[in-house]
Amino acid sequence: MSEPGTFFHLHEEDPVEAYENFKLGMWIFLATEVLLFGGLFAAYFIFKFIWPDIFEAGSSHLNRFLGGLNTLVLIFSSYFMAMSVDAAQRSQQKKLIRNLALTLFFASGFIIIKGFEWIPKLNHGITPGSDVFFSVYYMTTGLHLLHVVIGMSFIGLLLKRAIGGRYHSENFGGVEVGGLYWHLVDVIWIFLFPLLYLI
Amino acid sequence: MSTHSENTHYLEAKGFNNWFFSVDHKRIGIMYLVAILFFFILAGIAAMVVRAELLYPGQQIIDRHGYNVAFTLHGAMMVFLFIVPGIPATLGNFCLPIMIGAKDVAFPRLNLLSFWIYLLGAAIIVFSLIGPPGESWLDTGWTLYTPYSVESSSGVIPVTLGVFVLGFSSILTGLNFVVTIHKMRAPGMTWHRLPLFVWALYSASLIQILATPVVGITLLLLVMERTFQIGFFTASLGGDPILFENFFWFYSHPVVYIMILPAMGVVAEILPVFSKKPIFGYRAIAYSSLAIALVSFFVWGHHLFVSGMSDWSRWVFSLLTFAVAIPTAIKVFNWISTLYKGSIQLDSPMLYACAFIFLFTIAGLTGLPLATLATDVHLHDTYFVVAHFHYTMQGGTVIGLLAGIHFWFPKIFGKMYSEKRARIGFWMLFIGFNATFMPQFVLGYMGMPRRYFDYLDQFATLHFMSSIGAFINGIAYLYIFGNLIHAVVKGRAAEKNPFGSLSLEWTVPSPPPLTNFDEIPIVTDWTYGYGTEQTV
Repeated sequence: MSEPGTFFHLHEEDPVEAYENFKLGMWIFLATEVLLFGGLFAAYFIFKFIWPDIFEAGSSHLNRFLGGLNTLVLIFSSYFMAMSVDAAQRSQQKKLIRNLALTLFFASGFIIIKGFEWIPKLNHGITPGSDVFFSVYYMTTGLHLLHVVIGMSFIGLLLKRAIGGRYHSENFGGVEVGGLYWHLVDVIWIFLFPLLYLI
Repeated sequence: MSTHSENTHYLEAKGFNNWFFSVDHKRIGIMYLVAILFFFILAGIAAMVVRAELLYPGQQIIDRHGYNVAFTLHGAMMVFLFIVPGIPATLGNFCLPIMIGAKDVAFPRLNLLSFWIYLLGAAIIVFSLIGPPGESWLDTGWTLYTPYSVESSSGVIPVTLGVFVLGFSSILTGLNFVVTIHKMRAPGMTWHRLPLFVWALYSASLIQILATPVVGITLLLLVMERTFQIGFFTASLGGDPILFENFFWFYSHPVVYIMILPAMGVVAEILPVFSKKPIFGYRAIAYSSLAIALVSFFVWGHHLFVSGMSDWSRWVFSLLTFAVAIPTAIKVFNWISTLYKGSIQLDSPMLYACAFIFLFTIAGLTGLPLATLATDVHLHDTYFVVAHFHYTMQGGTVIGLLAGIHFWFPKIFGKMYSEKRARIGFWMLFIGFNATFMPQFVLGYMGMPRRYFDYLDQFATLHFMSSIGAFINGIAYLYIFGNLIHAVVKGRAAEKNPFGSLSLEWTVPSPPPLTNFDEIPIVTDWTYGYGTEQTV
């Protein structure tokens, strides 16, 4: 598929250049993610300003323990992601695979805990259409959850490739860029948690 | 600089697969061009239906609801499927890598992916605009304002999802261009040697990257509003329909500059070539692109002057809107200074470029009464606004696109069009366009509201003139495209550099070889040294 003249043909890439491009591309993509959530954050502040009572009442229905636990779980997950990048840079294959697996483990923990939060609420008739607070709550946490799932598939791909021995000190760009995305998902939650649960 | 190439030229390989799976930026640019022109014609037909209906007072060819559908089709397809991808995805894709001395964009596969995503989004939109059984055709206007878009029984959800999908395509193209310009420039191609078209693409890409996600979330919220009855835009749940307008214009005003900045870039490329003079005020033009991109994010409020807004925000948004006029005027003055004492050759690309300056100046100046609070109350939502933005969008972007197509046509296809017919087409377009929209300024000033199916007898003459102008306008496009298509098939072979440009894309053969350059060129000077020792 790489004969010149067939149009699957890619120009031979310099790995260092490709890595630099990839990283810059991801940073720009993260900027778009921030703006995507930025709209929701703006809506949060506007509605909280107009309806402080609805927001106080809504917030008191949220389970702070589960929210806090989820924060902790995500921070652990982010820690192991950072350790995966470190392991990849040092060509420590086993450590890399273990750390990626742990990242995935904590990420799935986040989803399960989120389920324990959402399902009882929906059973009690607290839905996205209840009031504007819960519209914001389900929309922000839901979109964030979607990002957790996307991040997990990315990390799953990294894990599969790591098992195939693809990453080492000369080639760790994939892990690093995947890590960038995962940390952003984490950071968004760090903002969501206090805004929705604590204040 | 090596110019002779053993490399086969990029149009050589034939067949569907060699196109549809090609990661070559030049082929992707051409596929985009075909796609957007297809939707341009569809949306243009919708415009003809609108103008035919408005030919005389009373019902002519379609009923009230049909009229709402027709202007929605026209607006939605023109904006989302034609003019937003417009110049960057077509001429930008083709020229950008060659102009900076690169073999391709930074992410060739992503480039192809973004074209596929565009096709997917376009398919969803076309299907939902005209197709879905049981649902009526979309009738909300392209702006999809709440609360009507929440209540309307037409296919709002699929259209919204389609636009959401197109957003990804737009973001990925913008991202690709920014990384390409940062990382793929040839040795010696410093920022201050970049062609101005590249600066314009860079600024437009920044807006694409930063504004598109906001419309993404807005449209997602609209879908959720309709499917899960969430309350962001529903007053009974504590939401606010005006919030939709704020979100929508936070994207859709900057997007106007996504449309116009690349066209300004095209004009800045053409003027020095055809006046054989270095561009005047290179840095002022380059940085004013960035300035426009920056200010564009803070002017959306002028769309809401009469929607219920505090006096404070109104005057701030008014002031900021006036601020856009500064970098824009800087560009216009520099372009005109470029022409001053040049040896001007009025070939068709130059005709279009000059028409751009003329029409865009009218567009800019008629924007000022709309930015002025007192006059806007009178002019808001009238034909004055319709005329104003058609002068920017058609008089600006479309004319800019045609300028670029006529300018780079010999490079892209290696063929030459009939210059005589190109000029005839230009004049038909110029006359038809002004005949369409000049009367609309007067109509709006007299108080004719936009989007109305019927009108009072006192507006009849001007509406009639406008409709006749629109038909000339429509025929002009067919004539222009006919000339170009004829040239693709039967045109005589073009020289490498028929217009005597100094830019890098003219140093490679026409059409360019597959990998653009045999060897990456080394750049030693800017590309505007006309009339100096650098002249070819």
